[in-house]
Amino acid sequence: MVNREQHEASSQPMGHESGGTTAGQRRGLRNVPACLLTFAILFCLWILLSGRFDAFHLTLGVISCIMVTLFSVDLVFPEGSLQGIGGTWLRFLGYVPWLLYQIILANLHVLYLVFHPRMMDLIEPEIIRFQSKLHSDLSLVTFANSITLTPGTITVYVSVDGDFQVHAIDKKSGEALPGEMEARIARVFGEQ
Amino acid sequence: MLVIALLVVGLVFFTGGGVGILRFPDFFTRLHPAGKLDTLGSLLMMLAVAIYNLEHFSWEALLTSLKIMLIVLFIFLSSPTATHSIVDAGIRAGMVPWRKETPEEKAE
Repeated sequence: MVNREQHEASSQPMGHESGGTTAGQRRGLRNVPACLLTFAILFCLWILLSGRFDAFHLTLGVISCIMVTLFSVDLVFPEGSLQGIGGTWLRFLGYVPWLLYQIILANLHVLYLVFHPRMMDLIEPEIIRFQSKLHSDLSLVTFANSITLTPGTITVYVSVDGDFQVHAIDKKSGEALPGEMEARIARVFGEQ
Repeated sequence: MLVIALLVVGLVFFTGGGVGILRFPDFFTRLHPAGKLDTLGSLLMMLAVAIYNLEHFSWEALLTSLKIMLIVLFIFLSSPTATHSIVDAGIRAGMVPWRKETPEEKAE
């Protein structure tokens, strides 16, 4: 098994991106700060979910958190480094209230549509295509989920290079895209 | 008071979601209220339950309230993803989104 993986890795052309990431994931285990941070997050979650503070449960928690940390540190920090993570999280926390505000506004709009007696005249479903400027997987996923959460629009299809298809329920919901939301997400993930 | 207000507003959103599923014309438009009014409705109702739970403050009540807020977090992550995959399945199955007749089509 190991031999075959090595063979595949060596058969890839030099500088190929996927080859680089697998090598990075192998080294991820030795990444101490990322491990510690993952462990801290998991342990907070353990305490929150168990709610017991006696030695037995805390020991169980430490053991299982260490195991899960070893399994999943590569998933939590794919780049294997902490650089820029804190800033991204802070900016993301700043993005959440704005998103909530948008969700409430847009929910009221859909609620108005639902209870409007002449609903059929107001809605105008349409599939919109546009090209997003975002690059990384995480920002694309955030953008797609934000679009779906903002009522009036559902993401139908996203491609890796940012080709979006969005189902909008009326003209007004569709016009707002990509617009401000994309700009804000670009700022959060540092993709100006 | 705040709890009652939150519960009532959440109920309005849930009702809107239910009525919307019945009133909208096709598969794709029905998913709009189903996937989203429910998300905000559950946020408000869970918030109400979490606050009500904190009425007599204790650490255990705080932990329970935090768990309730975790439920909201996971709903906010999973609901749009689920909606998206349902829409995607609809498109793959070859459903054509309902469109309003243009004035020319009406004239025919």
